[in-house]
Amino acid sequence: MAKAAAKKSAVAVPPAERRPALAGQELSATGVTLAVLPPAERISLRAPDASVAALSKALGVTLPRKPKTSAAKAGRTALWLGPDEWLVIDEVGKDPLADCAEVTALHSAVGISHRNVGISVTGPAAAATINSGCPQDLSLDVFPVGAASRTILGKVEIVLLRTASDAFRVECWRSFSDYVFTFLSEAARDAAA
Amino acid sequence: MIAAFRIPGAGRLKQAETTRFSFDGRSYAGVEGDTLASALLANGVHLVGRSFKYHRPRGFLSAGAEEPNALVEIKRDAARKTPNVRATVQELYDGLTAQSQNRWPSLAFDVSAVGDIASPLLSAGFYYKTFMWPKSAWKNLYEPKIRAAAGLGVAPDQPDPDHYAARFAHCDVLVLGGGAAGIAAALAAAETGVRVILADEQADFGGSLHFESGAKVDGQDGFAWAQGAVATLKAMDNVRVLSRTTAFGYYAQNFVGLVERVSDHLPNPDRELPRERLWQVRARRVVLATGAIERHMVFADNDRPGIMLASAARTYLNHYGVAVGRNVGVYTANDSAYAAAIDLKKAGVGVAAIVDLRDNPTGPVIDEARALGIEVNFGRAVIRAGGKLRVSSMTVQPKNGGGERTIPVDAILMSAGWTPSVHLFSQSRGKVVFNDETKRFVPGIYAQDCVSVGACNGTDGLSATIDEAYAAGAKAAKDAGANTVKGTKPKVDASESWSRGMLGAAPGAGPDTTVKAFVDFQNDVTAKDIRQAVHEGMRSIEHVKRFTTNGMATDQGKTSNMHGLAIAAETLGKPIPQVGLTTFRAPYTPVTFGSIVGHARGKLFDPTRKTAIHPWAEAQGAVFEDVGQWKRAWYFPKPGEDMHAAVDRECVTVRKTAGLFDASTLGKIEVVGPDAAKFMELLYTNPWEKLEPGRCRYGIMLREDGFIYDDGVVGRLAPDRFHVTTTTGGAPRVMNHMEDYLQTEFPHLNVWLTSITEQWAVIAVQGPKSREIIAPLVEGIDMSDEALPHMSVREGRICGVPARLFRMSFTGERGFEVNVPADYGEAVWEALWAEGQKHGACAYGTEAMHVLRAEKGYIIVGQDTDGTVTPGDAGLDWAVGKKKTDFVGIRGMARPDLVAKGRKQLVGLKTKDPKVVLEEGAQIVGDPKQAIPMTMIGHVTSSYWSENCGRSIALALVAGGRDRMGETLYVPMPNGTIEVEVTGMVFFDEKGERLNG
Amino acid sequence: MLLIRCPYCEEERPELEFRNAGEAHIARSPNIAGESDDDFEKFFFIRSNPKGIIYERWRHMHGCARFFNAVRDTVSDRFLMTYKAGEPKPTKLPGAAK
Repeated sequence: MAKAAAKKSAVAVPPAERRPALAGQELSATGVTLAVLPPAERISLRAPDASVAALSKALGVTLPRKPKTSAAKAGRTALWLGPDEWLVIDEVGKDPLADCAEVTALHSAVGISHRNVGISVTGPAAAATINSGCPQDLSLDVFPVGAASRTILGKVEIVLLRTASDAFRVECWRSFSDYVFTFLSEAARDAAA
Repeated sequence: MIAAFRIPGAGRLKQAETTRFSFDGRSYAGVEGDTLASALLANGVHLVGRSFKYHRPRGFLSAGAEEPNALVEIKRDAARKTPNVRATVQELYDGLTAQSQNRWPSLAFDVSAVGDIASPLLSAGFYYKTFMWPKSAWKNLYEPKIRAAAGLGVAPDQPDPDHYAARFAHCDVLVLGGGAAGIAAALAAAETGVRVILADEQADFGGSLHFESGAKVDGQDGFAWAQGAVATLKAMDNVRVLSRTTAFGYYAQNFVGLVERVSDHLPNPDRELPRERLWQVRARRVVLATGAIERHMVFADNDRPGIMLASAARTYLNHYGVAVGRNVGVYTANDSAYAAAIDLKKAGVGVAAIVDLRDNPTGPVIDEARALGIEVNFGRAVIRAGGKLRVSSMTVQPKNGGGERTIPVDAILMSAGWTPSVHLFSQSRGKVVFNDETKRFVPGIYAQDCVSVGACNGTDGLSATIDEAYAAGAKAAKDAGANTVKGTKPKVDASESWSRGMLGAAPGAGPDTTVKAFVDFQNDVTAKDIRQAVHEGMRSIEHVKRFTTNGMATDQGKTSNMHGLAIAAETLGKPIPQVGLTTFRAPYTPVTFGSIVGHARGKLFDPTRKTAIHPWAEAQGAVFEDVGQWKRAWYFPKPGEDMHAAVDRECVTVRKTAGLFDASTLGKIEVVGPDAAKFMELLYTNPWEKLEPGRCRYGIMLREDGFIYDDGVVGRLAPDRFHVTTTTGGAPRVMNHMEDYLQTEFPHLNVWLTSITEQWAVIAVQGPKSREIIAPLVEGIDMSDEALPHMSVREGRICGVPARLFRMSFTGERGFEVNVPADYGEAVWEALWAEGQKHGACAYGTEAMHVLRAEKGYIIVGQDTDGTVTPGDAGLDWAVGKKKTDFVGIRGMARPDLVAKGRKQLVGLKTKDPKVVLEEGAQIVGDPKQAIPMTMIGHVTSSYWSENCGRSIALALVAGGRDRMGETLYVPMPNGTIEVEVTGMVFFDEKGERLNG
Repeated sequence: MLLIRCPYCEEERPELEFRNAGEAHIARSPNIAGESDDDFEKFFFIRSNPKGIIYERWRHMHGCARFFNAVRDTVSDRFLMTYKAGEPKPTKLPGAAK
């Protein structure tokens, strides 16, 4: 075996190009616009109650404790997904995984930046578009701005975050993004009704 | 020119005949707002169909959704063809093309009407009796004949080109039915500010106000009031008003399915519009305002075209401006038919006579009829209708017998009374009670948060209806959380009111007769059939229904159920409540498959999952196979290669130089926490505590029953962090299985699971040249055998991006699996591919992967195992930690049957003729000469041509397999028996030297 | 489609988000390897399948992902209550006849 080749570390490999799923896809329909969001840093954060304060401090955003809520600060959003589970999304290029690495309190932080694809759904018919496949009540009383939940869209799982009264962020796994975008596109055609 | 039966000035439509349509190839004119029924009637057409069983000529019974007879096919083009459309609800549009059904060669002359003559053979329960003998005739004779003759309409044979929308909706108060009651309830609820949805199946709101000429509300004609009120509701932000929308099903916890017909009424629908929209509504409170349906009179030949419900004739006149005849007879057992006679008479239509079964009824409508000069007969029955393709007369007789008198008529309007529409209430699991005085079932015990108002609740008269509905609407809103109540109740200035009537067969169709007095028009069930069912031993109404098929047609017995029940009760000599009412089931009216399917068709039928590397493989001309929802590259044919040639080349190349394989679909779970190793110990058979960080182990996961559930290579990244891989198909269920144990059996463990299947793209580089291919792209990882031995893992960088590099092999060759974040997957693959090209490497697909692993005897869970295979059966005892005291499956594995001798064990098979490739799934026997059925001792689980071995290879589960090494067994196949030899499972490089080769 | 109250999300959510996970309160022995065949049979194979009140496990699969317990009437399909995994079997049921 060519042992020399094996040991020699590579020189000047051009870095691999990032090719996000559905990059840049958009769709406009009456009352609603869909857009695949640019890549973001994401972690799945798991921790017991006792660690929440330390993790909040390290992340710079207070991890929400109340079901179906989120908290956001400086381009970073923490979504309550379960009693010991948060999805942290950083849209300004800072790495929450690195921030958590400093924390000694009990937790699990796993990088999932590439696992998810974000799609924005905006416009007066945004809720109707999502309700084509999502069985939750998306009225502002029940699903207010900032509300976040893992749920269903058609035949797949999504995470839904309401970013404004007429805007949502839909997160899904990478290989489901084509299905989700197609579903939302078809739903959007009918959402103004 | 105006159609012959359109009465100038009558009705609410603009009588300009601008709408052309055709029926059975003949062209007609209608007016905007017509239904197909009203337009045909305006043209004097009554004969529109043939009945299901006897092929008797049929016309329109009703003017609404309850129609059992007037079913037609509406055809827009070859693919847009809808059978069994009720002409009474199909709105007319310009260019509409309709055809009658169930007739051959023509509607007026149908040879199958012999069924009418041969009807003694087709009596109740005939399916169960007539075709029982001889047995052999069923398949060859009876069934094909019945299938050809039976059925309602013809299903379209092309894919449905329309699309269907779907919506989940939530509201505080859902009002079902948009007549006076529904509108009043919706107004009351809406005025409080709560979220209200009001739905009605018709194009226009108003319900019975369509025909009730005597109704006045808030100083206006009732129908006009309804339109104004609905306009008010539509303008409110908190209200959604849905017309052409049928509530077809009422499910648990106030979950109601509605179908909105969006474009079936449009002449040239915008193809962007869905054909229908399914609303799945969750309501805090439901108000049922579904009205009542008029019943027909059950007398001989009551199905002749021209015989219809009195309220239908009134609707055609008062709403559509159409007279259903020139000289009509009326047959009734209650007051409401008088109103029809009065309206028609006032409109200039001749009313030959009113025949009233009651002895001495009194009331204002009777006085008014008389004052208009209409002949009114009490205590008399219509015992027979004359005419065939159209009614021509009615024969009247005193109800207790006596002289007959035949009166020529061209239509008969009938009313036996009104049946409250309790369908949705009953679907909600509410229990109805029988009111003996009014002879009707009304809502009794409620099972859900709903309330019935108006006619469906047995409330008679507009004034009482609006009082009740308005109060109920306000209360529903309050119960749903409203606190402000404002607004004013609509004021009823004039109203109509009637109740009572009769149930069952009318005189002349009694037990001593053999006449065809129809109870259920759509399924051709007569009063005699019901009695016969009872005579033949049916006691429960559920049995009578099934034996006679009464109420089982697409109209679900809207007009027939109560009559059928009354006749059964009378025959049984029991009161009606004791015989019981059959259960109402969804859908209320037929629902298209399209609306149920909604978006879930074509690309959205099921998600198609593709890896990050998929586009590259596609560009290379890969052939893909479906693995669960994933598309996986199956093989990469070069020009001129078939699958066999491509797979052979890929297999040989991997072992000669190297191959690249997209393994991204493998399930991946990151197990993190101080108790991660403890958790792994419990979930896998293997020991994990002592696995050094940086090393990997092949793990087996069992279910509690001791059978293999999944397998995969697990790398320990750090003391508290494992990177677990699962099979592609098993990923979701393995995650669920692990979460289940973690959350419910081992919640004390500090460990968390995260799916990282899609975080990482995985590129397997396998073969003697694999290290040379990868090494130039790697930073920060020493790839020497000493630093990175087989079954180890390192984190570093490849192509400048973060990577988890596994040294592992599913081919038996030196091998690596490169994990990079998914968005980099394709670019890293391209870089590895470029390196690979320097060494003559190939891309290989799942088929070559399967062959290569089989050459090494590596199993695939789900192919070589089937949920009944233990680690011992699979020859994997070595992977079970012998010193462990607990793991999932430890006890199940020790069950007597699972450790008994003679279990099926995985072994290799070599065919005596090396060129013969066995079929996967083929059964194995020990003695090929034994009598059939043979004792099967096992089956082939994997079988391939192995170019590397120069022969076929196979794996099989064989009883006592490992004790049969060298034995000859037999695989009987249709073309002869194949001889095989039992061997070990490793066919290539038995010593495993190539892992470091 | 039922509405099911998730004790972790503290609200009723559509059934589509949930998955049934069989009968509840069947504890896995900490010494499972030492169990007799009879005890293992009872633990693994035997379920009550009652007509009426059943205690069962559900997972809020597409929600908070937690397993929890529910009391449901198999006749009416009505949920009487739900409670968190690990909490004791309730002795009093709201709204149940007796």
